[in-house]
Amino acid sequence: MIATGLVAMGGVLLTGCRKQMPPTYGNLLRMGDVLTYTAQRALLPGQSLVKEYTHKDICSFPATGCTNPGKSPSHPNEEYGRLQSGAFADWRLAIEGLVAHPGSFSLADLQQLPSRTQITKHTCEEGWSAIGEWTGVALSRVLQAAGILAKARFVSFYSFDGWADSIDMLDALHPQTILAYGMNGRDLPVQHGAPVRLRVETQLGYKSMKYLQRIVVRDEFDDGGKSGNIQNGWSWYAGI
Amino acid sequence: MITASFLTLAFTGYVILMAHPRLYWGETGNDLTPALLELPISKNHKHGGWENRESFFADAASPVSASRTFDIFNQNGWGRSLHFLAAWFLVVPGVLYLLAGIFTGHFRKHVLPRGAELAPRGLWGEFVEHLRLRIRTATGGPQYGLLQKCAYAAVIFVALPLAGITGLAMSPTVTAAYPFLSGMFGGSQSARTIHFFLAVGLVLFLAAHVVMVIKSGFKRQMRAMTIGE
Repeated sequence: MIATGLVAMGGVLLTGCRKQMPPTYGNLLRMGDVLTYTAQRALLPGQSLVKEYTHKDICSFPATGCTNPGKSPSHPNEEYGRLQSGAFADWRLAIEGLVAHPGSFSLADLQQLPSRTQITKHTCEEGWSAIGEWTGVALSRVLQAAGILAKARFVSFYSFDGWADSIDMLDALHPQTILAYGMNGRDLPVQHGAPVRLRVETQLGYKSMKYLQRIVVRDEFDDGGKSGNIQNGWSWYAGI
Repeated sequence: MITASFLTLAFTGYVILMAHPRLYWGETGNDLTPALLELPISKNHKHGGWENRESFFADAASPVSASRTFDIFNQNGWGRSLHFLAAWFLVVPGVLYLLAGIFTGHFRKHVLPRGAELAPRGLWGEFVEHLRLRIRTATGGPQYGLLQKCAYAAVIFVALPLAGITGLAMSPTVTAAYPFLSGMFGGSQSARTIHFFLAVGLVLFLAAHVVMVIKSGFKRQMRAMTIGE
């Protein structure tokens, strides 16, 4: 019964609502991911706020994945190294795609927008979790400032350490989805994604991309190619 | 199908645990905080390879940040996706089975022990008989043994539903909508720990179940389970 459902859904994805859903490439695991995504979106109330903690709940926090794109042993990013040595004064976050005013934001531009500070739990797919305080600007405010168009369906992110990822509009416009430039009361440390990282509190840690470089607003799904989660064997949706 | 899903869940659950073989109690826990239990099941066990340790705050007891010095074992890409796919194959038939069991009276008539059966003397007698592995040959009738009923009831009404709920209690999206799911266990990491012990219990139940099927007349039992009498 479920198998039939999965196959039927695969068929729908290949024809009907093409590119509004993560592609499965005929992979049974990716079909399961889409089933979980669809079920969570259908059954759960939209945009519930995650629990926020108090200052005393802040705990030790491992920095995993890339911890310095400028000194990555495999793909060192020279541009990042240069920006870092200039205290990110020349850093720009580009916003492109389905926005009325494509352009870029400097760190100071983002810090001038109304800020939001939240103490939340970061849940890593590995199995551990940690509570930290994040300060930044709601992604929805930045998208509004750039004049996001009504037909937008996904927001893609690109990082200095070579990743491409995306989230749907429900998460992109979630009040706790922020572009964070501060952690635990200080500037965001390099190991945690300086100068600005994404925080998607409703999903697992790997969706909260570090070292943001560029944002692209789209009306259809883009899997990020070889830089994205799906082609690396990971679920695009990580709400579970 | 339920058994296949369960075995897949147990296997992928083990693979997922290998990526972080530490269990905690409470809301959070990671390699830089104390563990309740550390399991020596992968190279990630007590690896201790950390660098760039930095304190977040000025005081001596400040929480810290640190980065790893090496790549950990991590097969969660397929491990997690297969775990959740298998969960669908257990949860959907499982819920249908629960509904059918309630509405046909199967649970009431055959699974739940009757009040009188649960007298301590009878229970103890059964327990001792089982310990001595004196297992009665199955009669072919619908009546299960007393301990069998207790075991089935514990699995059907407690362990399996709780495994599903503790699983959901680890999901960031689900707990955002329903915070009590992790709150009732004292936090998502507590739920993860309970989830692990339930899995161990269910694997032991399955092993005992197979032993009992063999001890109570393998051929006859297999025929009863498949093509009927």
